[in-house]
Amino acid sequence: MPSPDEIVIEARHLRKVFGATVAVDALDLAIGRGETYGLVGPDGAGKTTTLRLLCGALPATAGSAMILGFNVASQIDEVQQRIGYVSQQFSLYPELTVDENLSFRARAYGISETDFKHRREQLLAFTRLGRFRRRQARALSGGMKQKLSLAAALLHEPEVVLLDEPTTGVDPVSRGEFWQMLLSLAEQGTTFLVTTTYMDEAERCRRVGLLYEGRLLVEDTPHEVRRLAGITMLEVRCAPLVTGRKIAGSVQGVQWAELFGDRLHLAVEEADIATSLERTLQNAEIQVSSIRQIQPGLEDAFFEFVRRSREALP
Amino acid sequence: MTSGTAIDVRGLTKRFGDFIAVDTVSFNIPRGEVFGLLGPNGAGKSTTIRMLCGILLPSAGSGTVAGHDILDEPEAVRSRIGYMSQRFSLYLDLTIGENLEFYGGIYSLNRAQLQERKRWALEMAGLQAREQQLTEDLPAGLRQRLALGCALLHQPEVVFLDEPTAGADPMSRRQFWDVIYRLRAEGATTLVSTHYMDEAERCDRLGFIFAGQLVAIDRPDDLKRAQRAGVIVEVACDRPAAAVETLERTDGIRQARLHGAGIHVSPAVADGAVNAVLAILERHGFSVERAETVEPSLDDIFVSFIQESEERPEAATP
Repeated sequence: MPSPDEIVIEARHLRKVFGATVAVDALDLAIGRGETYGLVGPDGAGKTTTLRLLCGALPATAGSAMILGFNVASQIDEVQQRIGYVSQQFSLYPELTVDENLSFRARAYGISETDFKHRREQLLAFTRLGRFRRRQARALSGGMKQKLSLAAALLHEPEVVLLDEPTTGVDPVSRGEFWQMLLSLAEQGTTFLVTTTYMDEAERCRRVGLLYEGRLLVEDTPHEVRRLAGITMLEVRCAPLVTGRKIAGSVQGVQWAELFGDRLHLAVEEADIATSLERTLQNAEIQVSSIRQIQPGLEDAFFEFVRRSREALP
Repeated sequence: MTSGTAIDVRGLTKRFGDFIAVDTVSFNIPRGEVFGLLGPNGAGKSTTIRMLCGILLPSAGSGTVAGHDILDEPEAVRSRIGYMSQRFSLYLDLTIGENLEFYGGIYSLNRAQLQERKRWALEMAGLQAREQQLTEDLPAGLRQRLALGCALLHQPEVVFLDEPTAGADPMSRRQFWDVIYRLRAEGATTLVSTHYMDEAERCDRLGFIFAGQLVAIDRPDDLKRAQRAGVIVEVACDRPAAAVETLERTDGIRQARLHGAGIHVSPAVADGAVNAVLAILERHGFSVERAETVEPSLDDIFVSFIQESEERPEAATP
């Protein structure tokens, strides 16, 4: 956890209401300098709204947001000079080249020509887009477009960067390159708040927060989040699989059972359930070839937090 | 279906002018399998799927899908398959029920069949009692499941899903996979392309496609066991991004990349790999908390295939 004097993104009881829908509900966030914070959660949980509230694109219904000590509501110019924002939609000009897009954006930020040229070369080298600089943005691959969006958002050397699902539809290798860039900047002090639907990306964040129906259900390091979920995962190889799942799912102490390729994944309270589980399956004429404990993934942990939250509803 | 084969292709090729999008691809998928197609953007996944669906005519090669020839009997193929692409075509200004009825019409279902399948699709997608709701009001995950329901109305024997879950949250993707497994239990065959490695792990078998060529086809566990990625050292250390940059500049390191909270490193020599990596990182002032050899993950395998295909000069087109 960052110490309070290092906090660069802060939300206090942030709330946003659209008509009858509470999109973001009493959200508290405190993100330290150089941190990479991943915001995950189901569609409609409020991830995009949160980013828009934090960058001042959307006014909050209640609560406050501070970026680098500046109030987003009353000091928007100071905020915008210091943050970069990459939205879900590709927001550059498809008919302009890589170079032209960067130069257009630099003028919008009021960056001097000399500063821009220096910064452009740095960013083109960093994103490895140099050899595509005269290519129209429309002709770039998905991964390259995302790198260009990031480069454009970094032109004015922001201290804080907000990214909304920057890698959707991008292949694993290009996503890996993208994250290499983010973490390399983070290690030099840039702070990132990223939303993602990829759990392997969430695992790369210093901390992750799970947003559900506008509220933060849990936030911690990926490692801690998995521990806090308090579930043990068993992998069961059995046949027939579908009947096996139905029976395993009804065994006392099994929280949920799902098919995973040619095997089952069970979330259980205690690993020692394995023996009685095997007996129950065999009594139902299910052939069990192996049961072993496996590491719960971040996705399993989130699934469990959401399940508990749903159960807690009246 | 006459045999246990759902999809069989030999030498499938597609050229667009000088560009070879799919290059003599051959494979066989038994009935009831969930087969995953992986590869970078532009590798030829969608083109392959479109040829198998009878949407795109191959430049060369042959194949059968659900027992029918993709070249000679494209209509018979189309009536036996379901196809859902990333940009699935739902009418947003129609209600959920109207979308299902529209697709029922395309597949020429009679009144009774339509009622029965509509009920099935609504239940599968978790959209019961929402028939009258406008499609545009649905969140992305539910829209994806509605699109799947439309593609499955005529109970196809073979289902093609081209990045069906792109952008969907983990919970929706989990439910989506539940449906795929339900289809498998009913005997249907699914060919699915994805960029999510956790989904790849859920497939019975995987095909890796790079620059139009099918470079590997196997079960996820067997791909990992084949040790194609060489020995993998997993390292937990401070400043992992800087550590990757340092390792990439060092001789004797095949590959280094971020993985989870740490990094995965593949040294060229397997003997003493852990000590070699430790020595490099300590020499450059990184403090290493843990370093050990681990089984390669599917993305380690994916990366090593990409590297190999980039090292082949003929595949160097971006």
